[in-house]
Amino acid sequence: MITLTINGESKQLDVTEDTPLLWALRDVLGMTGTKFGCGIAQCGACTVQVDGQAVRSCMLPVGAIGEGSKITTIEGIGATDAGARIQKAWLDLEVVQCGYCQSGQIMSASALLAATPQPDDKDIDAAMAGNICRCGTYVRIREAIKKAAGVA
Amino acid sequence: MNAAFSRRTLLKAGAAGTLLLGFHLPMARAAIGTFEPNAFIRIAGDGTVTLVMPQVEMGQGTYTSISQILAEELDADWSLVTVAHAPPSDKLYGNPFFGIQVTGNSNSIRAFWDPLRKAGATARALLVQAAAQQWKVDAASCRAAKGEVFHDASGRKLGYGALAAAAGTQTPPENPPLKAVKDFTLVGQPLKRLDTAGKVNGTVKYGIDALPPGVKFASVTLSPVQGGKVVKVDDSKAKAMPGVRQVVVLDDVVAVVGDHTWVAKQGLAALEIEWDDGPNAKISSADVWNDLRAASQNKGAVAKEEGDADKALGDGERLDAAYEMPFLAHATMEPMNCVVHVTADGCEVWIGTQVMSRVQAEVAKALNLPAEKVIVHQHLLGGGFGRRLEPDMAVISARIAQQVATPLKVTWSREEDIRHDVYRPVYRDVISASLKDGKINGWTYRVTGSAVLARWFPPAYQKDIDIDGVDSAADIPYGIPNLRVEFVRKEPGVVTTGFWRGVGPNNNVFAIESFIDELAHKAGKDPVDFRVAHLDKTPRLKAAVQLAAQKSGWGEKLPARTARGISAQVAFGSFISTVVEAEVDSSGEVQLRRIVSAVDTGIPVNPDTIIAQLQGGLIFGLTAALFGEITIKNGRVEQSNFHDYRMLRINEVPPIEVHLIPSEEHPGGTGETGATAGPPALGNALYAATGIRLRRLPIDRDILAGKKPA
Ligand code: FES
Ligand code: FES
Repeated sequence: MITLTINGESKQLDVTEDTPLLWALRDVLGMTGTKFGCGIAQCGACTVQVDGQAVRSCMLPVGAIGEGSKITTIEGIGATDAGARIQKAWLDLEVVQCGYCQSGQIMSASALLAATPQPDDKDIDAAMAGNICRCGTYVRIREAIKKAAGVA
Repeated sequence: MNAAFSRRTLLKAGAAGTLLLGFHLPMARAAIGTFEPNAFIRIAGDGTVTLVMPQVEMGQGTYTSISQILAEELDADWSLVTVAHAPPSDKLYGNPFFGIQVTGNSNSIRAFWDPLRKAGATARALLVQAAAQQWKVDAASCRAAKGEVFHDASGRKLGYGALAAAAGTQTPPENPPLKAVKDFTLVGQPLKRLDTAGKVNGTVKYGIDALPPGVKFASVTLSPVQGGKVVKVDDSKAKAMPGVRQVVVLDDVVAVVGDHTWVAKQGLAALEIEWDDGPNAKISSADVWNDLRAASQNKGAVAKEEGDADKALGDGERLDAAYEMPFLAHATMEPMNCVVHVTADGCEVWIGTQVMSRVQAEVAKALNLPAEKVIVHQHLLGGGFGRRLEPDMAVISARIAQQVATPLKVTWSREEDIRHDVYRPVYRDVISASLKDGKINGWTYRVTGSAVLARWFPPAYQKDIDIDGVDSAADIPYGIPNLRVEFVRKEPGVVTTGFWRGVGPNNNVFAIESFIDELAHKAGKDPVDFRVAHLDKTPRLKAAVQLAAQKSGWGEKLPARTARGISAQVAFGSFISTVVEAEVDSSGEVQLRRIVSAVDTGIPVNPDTIIAQLQGGLIFGLTAALFGEITIKNGRVEQSNFHDYRMLRINEVPPIEVHLIPSEEHPGGTGETGATAGPPALGNALYAATGIRLRRLPIDRDILAGKKPA
């Protein structure tokens, strides 16, 4: 049994230690907000936060996560200040198209905003370049991060 | 475990203006007192309006736009509108352009504009009649607004909910009056999308998120060469892995079933599979190109002929060129997947698809069931782009699930998704033209490539002409006195080809707009002026070209090796011109600096959605122009994931401006258009920056760096 703290709740998982967090979330816990896109840390669809850091859950074995670590997923990010502001800006500016990448985009963007309250274009590039959006919502993602940060 | 599922059969995301994932709603007989004037509208006794969507939502915003059209003529209260996915039914929800239930070709709004308006107006008329009858007044003395009927003379009003039961007993008028454009209050407004609230908090469900009780998870591999077969499988290691439940071996597919997708994937990797690669085993990209080039020498079926093109080519200064387009994968962000539960007497399918009724029919065929025994639960799509116009993922999943006792979720790895796509065809476009007094006198254009329509919708393939394959070429917007457009069908065989965002025009607009640019330079004319001089017969496009040029600062000086290029197109009923500004460094690397599009798409149903579609489509097309190519070696697709099938990322995307041109014309389509607009504008910018003309996509940086001849 592996114990993880996800969105403030303690969860027991009966999976092997090498199981990536992504599949533990989606298939075992039924938390499908976190998405599978590539499986090799190339697309960012699976991004979650571990202790506030954006990480790719498709390459993160559950056994590598410390028991004291706090995992936040898209289902819980709205409870954080940065997450709530990002979600609101996303809706205000109609960032979303198909939406499939957007869990990951929002997790990366809220980690950026929490760490860098006034991000400039370079900060945004650095934090968000790991998140592919096949629908091409990048122009609005940039605007929405600035809006959430109050720098737009 | 999987507790999420039981709560979500009917899930309401947020408050007013919501997405109601009412999978069963349209099938079930509506509750007593619900007004159901047609397949699209349900008004309940409490006044809530459920609009059933004949087209699918894959990010293009159509659920919102369709609702705006229905609600406009219905005079619904927008805050009480919810939307539901339609069930499979060609009869009720067939696309008027095809007669089957399909979402594609940027025609949701074009095709449904008239039927939806009529459906809304009919329902409104019935509600008004019901009120008039109750008040014993003339219906003409009543009016509807925001979900209520008013009789102003007596100051009475009734809500649609209160009128629902009585409205159902009225006789529908033959031709209910439609609103004048000036009276629109919903159409033309940038209303908030109805599908996005759940997409920012993880509650949205795509097909890949379906978790029916007891579901197991499968990882799948298809024959690496199309047409290959399984010879034998050693599954001893896989079966020994904890969590692996079953290995399913079909003649061309192998799957491992496990307690979760990861363990299934590990099990799959542990299999030793011997394949017979079949007849395509030796075919590589060079063979495909040799065959295509040879076929392009043949005369094709004539799709359009005006004047005497051959004679005119000899009269004036002649220019010849050939353009080539690679295979492309769709790479929807949501990889291919399908959940299937085969039971003793039927089957349930959970999927997000562009072809609901076709999925139902093909699964039924594969399982030897009558269609009505296959229940299809539609979901939102994590990208379509034409990939989900195919039912293959459902059929394969059903064949696997037939061997499994529980519901089964089959997920393609990204590698399987890229390697077993239905690819945008390779095309070769051979063009010749003559210039006389600075104007185009003769023009011949021959497209050689797959006839996707012949496979996908045979009735539309007539006289050896794929009307999609010559779309935007046969109806070229420029005034050319002598022209001929031909189509040569050449199927690559080694892979299956299909529709890809921008469909036929994304090939033709690239070739034509690049060649128009070549002609402008040959004539010594500015590319904008040259286009404008040939656009008298297409004034809406002329206006778009002029606006794009003006907004982009066309003609203003730029740094060395930085330049603007323009494209112009009439495609999917929209008139669009785009300027791309790009910079080329000495190694041939390209930076996009700015993009400006001017768009006349007729009545803009939701202007913000149109802008979003252009922004996204431009990035989609430019991604392909900069990076996109699927190559084949020994029958196998060589690319596999985003490291070798690259996507534009946020740090590579410049500011994009989209300018809408006001119009009261019939609405055009926009989902595809950006994808076709970007590549030629980029190619023309690269020529202006370097003097090098690239006639093949994706762009070759070695050629731009001068390391290789063009
Ligand atoms: S699925 Fe993890 S980065 Fe793509
Ligand atoms: S919104 Fe569709 S992939 Fe980003």
